[in-house]
Amino acid sequence: MTLIMNTETVVIKSRQKTTIGRDLIGIGAILIVAVLGYLLFPDNLALLTRIIAIALLVLSLDLVTGYCGVATLGHAALFGSGAYAAGIAAAHYGITSPVLMTLAGILGGAIAGLICGVIILRAHGLPQLVLSISLIYLFHEFANKASSWTGGSDGLSGISPDPLFGAYEFDLWGQTAYIFGVALLLVVFVLLRFLVRSPFGMLCRGIKEDPLRIMAMGASPKIALIKMYIISGAVAGVGGALNAISTQVVGLDSLSFTQSAEALVMLVLGGTGSLFGALMGTVVFMLFEDYVSAANPFHWLTMVGVLLIAVVLFAPKGLYGTAAGFIARRMEKRS
Amino acid sequence: MSAIFDVLNLKKAFSGLTVTNDVSLSMAPGDRVALIGPNGAGKTTFVNLVTGNLRPDSGEVRLNGETVTKIDAIGRVRRGLVRSFQVTRLFQEMTPAEHVALAILQRDGRAGKMFGNFLSMPDVMEEASALLAKLGLHDLMHRKVSEIAYGQQRLLEIAMALALKPKVLLLDEPAAGVPQSDTGRIEQALADLPPDLAVLMIEHDMDLVFRFAKRVIVLAAGTIIFDGSPADVTKDVAVREAYLGSYANASHAA
Repeated sequence: MTLIMNTETVVIKSRQKTTIGRDLIGIGAILIVAVLGYLLFPDNLALLTRIIAIALLVLSLDLVTGYCGVATLGHAALFGSGAYAAGIAAAHYGITSPVLMTLAGILGGAIAGLICGVIILRAHGLPQLVLSISLIYLFHEFANKASSWTGGSDGLSGISPDPLFGAYEFDLWGQTAYIFGVALLLVVFVLLRFLVRSPFGMLCRGIKEDPLRIMAMGASPKIALIKMYIISGAVAGVGGALNAISTQVVGLDSLSFTQSAEALVMLVLGGTGSLFGALMGTVVFMLFEDYVSAANPFHWLTMVGVLLIAVVLFAPKGLYGTAAGFIARRMEKRS
Repeated sequence: MSAIFDVLNLKKAFSGLTVTNDVSLSMAPGDRVALIGPNGAGKTTFVNLVTGNLRPDSGEVRLNGETVTKIDAIGRVRRGLVRSFQVTRLFQEMTPAEHVALAILQRDGRAGKMFGNFLSMPDVMEEASALLAKLGLHDLMHRKVSEIAYGQQRLLEIAMALALKPKVLLLDEPAAGVPQSDTGRIEQALADLPPDLAVLMIEHDMDLVFRFAKRVIVLAAGTIIFDGSPADVTKDVAVREAYLGSYANASHAA
């Protein structure tokens, strides 16, 4: 028995080390990519900041779709709500501190998450998908009609964030916004790593596989999923707020069906059910889109389509999922 | 000993067809009861009514003296009525340790914790590890369920149920689909169930029923036609006619 316990302790310690190792690799990878981006595209930091904002949306989508199995094509409702909450706080209430604007975005996203979660989780499968599409159109239309608050189709302007911590101006080159974005992404990534391997994360993975089994254990899948939707809303809200702070304008496109669908495409491209996959999918999709649209303005959408078909056919687990599987098999063979 | 689990005059009909007709039974802590019956006898409906997955048209279900008929399935599990499934319902991408730990955490109201990992919770790991060791699954505890044999998956179903520390356990064909070579392990697990636990086992394998149960209930066309000792069940004319005919005749011939 003592031998068993010792072996077990060794196994547990090695697993914990692997997990912490993966956390550090993730943080390291984000930092390296962020520095490389800064060095390689110093004139295009606005794009990189936009990538970070969308990465937060895709991470948020991964929480409900990848980890919980909820089908949604309306997730930009959470992102847009965060963006509008931050924007309205600044433009109408004079809350121009970037940190407070981010908190407003978190709150706006979380409330939108609660509303969407309560409605979307009433159905399953295709009806769930239809509900999510209806919701994004409703959010979009609501923002359009409430033009005295949102600016309607002209967009919400008049957002002038204060210097970050009173010292760093949001400059024209977007350096402050970019560094602020990288910091937000790092914080969110670390928190989400804790979340997905917590008992709650384990419960959600169980719900994704078999909600009836979870009920037979005495847990309520619906309550857990609504909680996850609120968290997901908060994460998307951070992205939305970052977008509002960095561009100083919030448009109706942040609450669009297209944005929701693109986020899902990015998630599938990177690989669902993995934070690394969500990040990789966003970076690859947005850089590829930016590159091919500049290289061939007439046929760039065709090329994006071809990339997606190739990934779905030849790497159904997404870029990260396939790469991780390949490396794991190689390591298994070696040992 | 006072009853821990009572079913009183339970009735259920679907579109006019009665599938559970005035079923009553009572179990005390430590009871080992087998529920048998031919296909279509209404066993699955009965289990669903008892667990709260279906609402009865009339009748009552009591757990530890409390009427739970209007309480949903989740509420009944929390009160100690736990079931296992006829076809294993496990999370293929998770490990046995994760399954049992999740059940323990859920039982203790800690499954909603958003920080910390069960691997670093000594009390959870100790309990999960001991339970899995008892069922011979200790060496597999960190492997994915999709990589372990079906018989071991059935044992894991039992481990998950036990981790919830039930008062009443409904085992739905615990040995179904398990190769003959592995049934011994399942039987041993059943024999080792906590002595104060009331167990109702739905099973088709009559050898297993006779070895496990101290009491057999036979359900046919939604009605209980026999409730007595295993020794008497094969002698009962109604049972032989309804269900056991060929088996009983074969036993006599032997």
